[in-house]
Amino acid sequence: MHNPELLSEEKVFKDPVHRYVHVRERLIWDLINASEFQRLRRIKQLGTSYLTFHGGEHSRFNHSLGVYEIMRRILETFEGRIQLSREEKLLCLCAALLHDVGHGPFSHSFEKVFRFHHEDWTRAIITGETEINRILRRMGDGFPQKVAEVIAKTYENKLIVSLISSQIDADRMDYLLRDAYYTGVNYGNFDIERILRLMRPHEDGIVIKFSGMHAVEDYIMSRYQMYWQVYFHPVTRSAEVVLRKVFQRAKDLFQAGYSFRVEPVQLLPFLREEITLADYLALDESVVFYYLHQWKAEQDPILKDLSSRFLDRKLFKYVECTPKDFRLIADLQKLFLEAGIDPSYYLEVDSTSDLPYDFYRPGEDEERIPIMLLMPSGEIVELSRKSEIVESISGKRRFDYKLYFPLEKVLALPEGLRQAICERLGVVKDADGSCQDHPSD
Amino acid sequence: MLMDHAKIIRLIEIAGEVTGRKKLHKMVYIAQKMQIDFAERFQFHMYGPYSEELTLRVDELCNLGLIDEQMETKGAIQLYRYTLNEEGRDFLKFHNVDFGRGEQLIRRLNEENSRFLELVSTVLYFDNLPYAEMTNKVFTLKSKQRYTEEEIERALTFVAELRAMMA
Repeated sequence: MHNPELLSEEKVFKDPVHRYVHVRERLIWDLINASEFQRLRRIKQLGTSYLTFHGGEHSRFNHSLGVYEIMRRILETFEGRIQLSREEKLLCLCAALLHDVGHGPFSHSFEKVFRFHHEDWTRAIITGETEINRILRRMGDGFPQKVAEVIAKTYENKLIVSLISSQIDADRMDYLLRDAYYTGVNYGNFDIERILRLMRPHEDGIVIKFSGMHAVEDYIMSRYQMYWQVYFHPVTRSAEVVLRKVFQRAKDLFQAGYSFRVEPVQLLPFLREEITLADYLALDESVVFYYLHQWKAEQDPILKDLSSRFLDRKLFKYVECTPKDFRLIADLQKLFLEAGIDPSYYLEVDSTSDLPYDFYRPGEDEERIPIMLLMPSGEIVELSRKSEIVESISGKRRFDYKLYFPLEKVLALPEGLRQAICERLGVVKDADGSCQDHPSD
Repeated sequence: MLMDHAKIIRLIEIAGEVTGRKKLHKMVYIAQKMQIDFAERFQFHMYGPYSEELTLRVDELCNLGLIDEQMETKGAIQLYRYTLNEEGRDFLKFHNVDFGRGEQLIRRLNEENSRFLELVSTVLYFDNLPYAEMTNKVFTLKSKQRYTEEEIERALTFVAELRAMMA
């Protein structure tokens, strides 16, 4: 390992959330300039959310820089309170910067269909034959592995791991503020300055001084609101369903030996499920959009229709429906088949749920590390024992289910079938011929 | 549609009863590593590979009344017991889940206790590492469990047995 070098002058990035992102370490500057990191500029942080919140077009590049900046400030707060070596500090900064480097375009939809996890690619990019790996190795041959372990939560120093992933960590704090800013909603705001100022290292994790409890309450409530108002928005989920069906149709056609009008060369490794690191790194949103445009002109009517729906935002409509309605869903599947609408691509139950905050109950094998408060007496107390607001939502899981379908295809069916399907969907037809289900825009 | 839900229900049906949330997580993870097609994403947590998605799925299935969850207290420990109910059985009639040889594997996993399955899943999580590094991970990340070299050997033998079962 050679001594990590400092830049001759501090570099700064203007950032709408943190005002400035400060870089002084040569290692960090070079990582930012690595091609694998620059690729994140071409991957949206919020996937399909831009179809609901038009401002939500920020990239994973922005977010990764933001997480790095928060980590840098946490380390400043810890100065003089805990002994971390220069190498350990750089480990924290590199892990923060690179935690999402393995994300691909539209991860939620893409990974489900092509059966891989971006976390595995994050590890592969950090430890494999890449520019990022070569830069990290300047710190020693074992350094990339350590960075990968911090991100995968298998690193032995739990304090360092908890700074990247716990119920109050650099990642979450940045994405809540950033996503709120770009989508234009008010919910995600909380006083990050205060939280960072009152954060203290303690044994295997971090604690927040009791005087910062109200700022933490605000953070928990922001998280709750952002999940339900932004991340789980039914229109965003509709776009995800449509995109998932596009990929599924392309995969099914490929496996059936279909001859594409334009061979999807850059997607072939994914369709074959034989993906190399180079294949993965060559994929970004521009590639996906290119093929969506090509597929819009395909012979196959399903692929053509689904691709057009995504590009032109002609999404599926929805009604409330839970997996408990499985008999009704089976009925609908039959009716869709009868109507010539393939339910494998045009009928989907999407479920989502969130747990805003959870605490550790003694004696249970729970996996979530709770947020701990440092009391003036020096005692450490779990957050929900002091905060009534947090207590009221602790451990409370909320679920939401929607059944997605192409309303206009249903309405175009002959009267008998249309009526049978609409009755089951609970869709009401207006006198003017339009159909009112939900105001889903 | 809803096949990911159906697979978890079917696992519980095959096992008859699964005692402990941790045990259920380790069973699904090990089954997944043995190429049984479960969709849940796992990450390393305090007790080894753990899936937030699986926790959600199980809560959801309980909430929907498709599986039963009963809590029992064993000394200072609270354990959750999962069984299938009539509604869940009906649900499976509408979803054809075929694990093939995986059925035998699920039964075999359920015969072991959660402490041992925690070790097996940890060994499998680090199966890309050389033996010495893998054992080092077990001893450092699982120091509270105080696993011995003999237990690790038994875990590796067990993994070989499972692989043979699926071959």
